[in-house]
Amino acid sequence: MSHYLVHRLLQAIPLLIAISFLVFGIVEIAPGDAAQMYIDPDKGTDPEYIAQVRESLGLNDPVYVRYVSWLTKTFEGDFGFSFRTRRPVTFEVSERLPNTLLLGGTSLLISVVIALPIGIISALKRYSILDYLLSTLALVGISVPVFWVALLLIQAFSIQLGWLPASGMRSVREQYEGWAAVKDVAEHMILPAIVLSLAQTASWSRYQRSALLEVLGQDYIRTARAKGLHEFRVLTRHALRNALIPIVTLIGLSVPSIVTGAFITETIFSWPGMGRLGVDAINGRDYPVIMAVTMLSSLVIIIGNLLADIAYVWVDPRIRYD
Amino acid sequence: MTDAALPLTMSEAETRPQWQIIWRQFRRHRLAVASAILLIALSLIAIFAEQVMPYDPNATNAVYAGGRPQPPTSEHIFGTDNFGRDYFSRAIVGARVSLFVAVSAVLFQITIGVVLGAAAGYFGGWADNLLMRITDIFLSIPSFFLLLIVSGVLGGSLLTLILLIGALNWMTLARLLRAEFLSLKERDFVVAAHCIGVPGWRLVLQHLLPNALAPIIVSATLSVPYAILTESALSFLGRGVPPPDASLGTMMENAQQWLRTSWWMWVVPGSIISVIVLSFNFVGDGLRDAFDPRLRR
Repeated sequence: MSHYLVHRLLQAIPLLIAISFLVFGIVEIAPGDAAQMYIDPDKGTDPEYIAQVRESLGLNDPVYVRYVSWLTKTFEGDFGFSFRTRRPVTFEVSERLPNTLLLGGTSLLISVVIALPIGIISALKRYSILDYLLSTLALVGISVPVFWVALLLIQAFSIQLGWLPASGMRSVREQYEGWAAVKDVAEHMILPAIVLSLAQTASWSRYQRSALLEVLGQDYIRTARAKGLHEFRVLTRHALRNALIPIVTLIGLSVPSIVTGAFITETIFSWPGMGRLGVDAINGRDYPVIMAVTMLSSLVIIIGNLLADIAYVWVDPRIRYD
Repeated sequence: MTDAALPLTMSEAETRPQWQIIWRQFRRHRLAVASAILLIALSLIAIFAEQVMPYDPNATNAVYAGGRPQPPTSEHIFGTDNFGRDYFSRAIVGARVSLFVAVSAVLFQITIGVVLGAAAGYFGGWADNLLMRITDIFLSIPSFFLLLIVSGVLGGSLLTLILLIGALNWMTLARLLRAEFLSLKERDFVVAAHCIGVPGWRLVLQHLLPNALAPIIVSATLSVPYAILTESALSFLGRGVPPPDASLGTMMENAQQWLRTSWWMWVVPGSIISVIVLSFNFVGDGLRDAFDPRLRR
């Protein structure tokens, strides 16, 4: 197992390097560079001065020199300075990352809590009206655009009913402390968390249904029943244990779609997280932030894949990697 | 497809029963059939948009609108936007753009997926290794963000949008097809064909690909909704279909400022996207079940 783990971790390095190559390439052909930010507007028109700034920033170095220097800095955790705020990118990220993790984690939890029971009920009541209804609902959940659901919920719960805030993470005008502050954030999080979890919930419940159906058809279930075990025990001890294996993997593999969802959801709800940071950076052509967000999202996706594989081996003793 | 082991080359008549079985299976999935009919109708409307539209989608009527979107009436069944443009006609054009982008992107991604997946599965060895590592790289890219970057920083056209969506979504099919080819390659009918000296390209085109059609068709059908959602989300964030073209997602973006006052502005395009995507998902589900012999009842 540890051998496999090390092997997989080592595989992640060339992956990250390849992605860094891609991102650097895109930014390289994009118009504008760091010099614009450092040029003092008072002396900005003097070509000699501009050339001096460019030289001191290393912008005149050949592409590969600049790439290697950027890459080594990135691996050391130094992403440079944001063009817009002029603060270190690490600073911007460390401010936003916890918010995204909070929102993403909550939506993940919602998905698991809702999707698994739905999938199990559908599988147990296969071809019943309930199964039909839940399966259709799940397909609808996959099919509606995230941003549209967001607008619908904002319209209903913020504009019409006035129950929940439509944007931000905290009430701007209030200074809450203690529990009141937690409650304030929770209220702001309800709508974005629901929107972010929707697609996951829908697709996981479909997978859970088919996984359980597959397991229920296995010989060992028939054996368990033949032994005269109570149906509830057959289900919990024999069927569900095995039917949950693919779901564990699925959670890790859903990371890319959660990352995508975060970009859209955070933008709509003005949630101060990484997704919003990334979209704002693109709108402001803030290249250091763009590169940082891309590299970090890739890292998260790679870790998600890795966790999925590890969890798979961990839950299912039948699988051996070494 | 057990019968595929016997004939080396199948004539038209011999392959037909296979498709008849699939069609019979598909027909049982009533929602899938209804969705397929709906999609055909929508495609026809999109193709013959000029003949179907009651108004010129770009004709403004400032007097009628008075700077605000006008609610649905019997003349304008979906209302008008703030320039007085007929929203029904705009929705048809928008659906046409959305469908065009999605279907083109999927055609492109199927081409990449089939070529790379087939090559990896057929050649095996280092080629397989290399191609699968490339697939891993693409699977680790935050593709939606990359789409945002490229269209935001480099600026985009309809063509780059199509190519990009396609170029970032071929991985699942490539993996599927590789696995399919790896197992088909060992089957007797392929080995036999190889032994009698059938050249490699004919082996791939006549023996391997036709037997791997099912995953390709299902994957293509289920990729269209994904492409539509991706394009509309991009357009919604202002980074998708560039003007003067407007997709359903672009209409959603413009509708944002009328969220409080004019519900039809965002309900109309959002519902159409949902219906199209849902229909493709139903058809894809139906096809997958129809192709899967284990599910035959």
